[in-house]
Amino acid sequence: MITKVTHMCVYVLDQDSAYDFYVNKLGFKVHTDAPMGPDARWLTVTPPAQPELEITLFLVKEGGVFDAETTRTMRNLVKKGTFGAAVFTCQDLMTTYEELKVKGVEFIKTPTKEFYGYEALFKDDSGNWFSLSQLNPEP
Amino acid sequence: MTKTKMEQEPYKNLYLCKRIVQAKLFIDLHYAEDIDLEQIACTAYFSKFHFCRLFKKAYGKTPHHYLTQVRIDNALRLLGQGVPVAEVSFRVGFDSSTSFAALFKKHYGASPSDYRARQLKKQAWLVSNRLRAVPNCFAEAHGWK
Repeated sequence: MITKVTHMCVYVLDQDSAYDFYVNKLGFKVHTDAPMGPDARWLTVTPPAQPELEITLFLVKEGGVFDAETTRTMRNLVKKGTFGAAVFTCQDLMTTYEELKVKGVEFIKTPTKEFYGYEALFKDDSGNWFSLSQLNPEP
Repeated sequence: MTKTKMEQEPYKNLYLCKRIVQAKLFIDLHYAEDIDLEQIACTAYFSKFHFCRLFKKAYGKTPHHYLTQVRIDNALRLLGQGVPVAEVSFRVGFDSSTSFAALFKKHYGASPSDYRARQLKKQAWLVSNRLRAVPNCFAEAHGWK
């Protein structure tokens, strides 16, 4: 029986820039930031209230499963905003939206009412998009 | 730009929302200084009572609790980097390391010096066992194995 998600993967184009975005703008916490040899790095962050879920900021670069052509294709797809990576929730969407805008986060959809609550969409520094939602209270 | 439905309805006064955000960002920036609630409320041009109510509605905790949380979070970060406890206490806005240690223990469940020692040991372990921190599937995908 599957019980939990412990790791999820977000493909990024630059790990220094991703660190700045996820930690300094979104307010996520660094779980592990460890060098893996001379030019590789294992970087995971966790949402502030969910320390058990590691989001792997996975650098798309040649090596391992990525050959040169796959790397080029993947980097282009990420940059184009092809991938919607996750749904984040917050207690109050409007204040979170205003705060992230002040911090320079790019929103591709302003907050709107949906049947489950309110939702806005933003992009990370690589091009991945995320839903930011404020869910209706349980009936 | 046309206002969205959300901007019109639950937040008739978007200005209030912006001021709460301003106060939160003030705490994020000045947590290491000797700031208090009056000062934070002043930053947002609110009365203390009104400010606390709106802040809690937005962030789920009072401004005082949020300030404490920011201080503890930054203490965890600095201790993890090996900064000595007395210096950490000063750098996150406490007058005395005794009151810092007591509050830290209350929030985290261990003393700052125990936490620091554990983190440094963990990091030393990670240097010599780096692949143990990475699930095998990711290590293989990266070509690290």
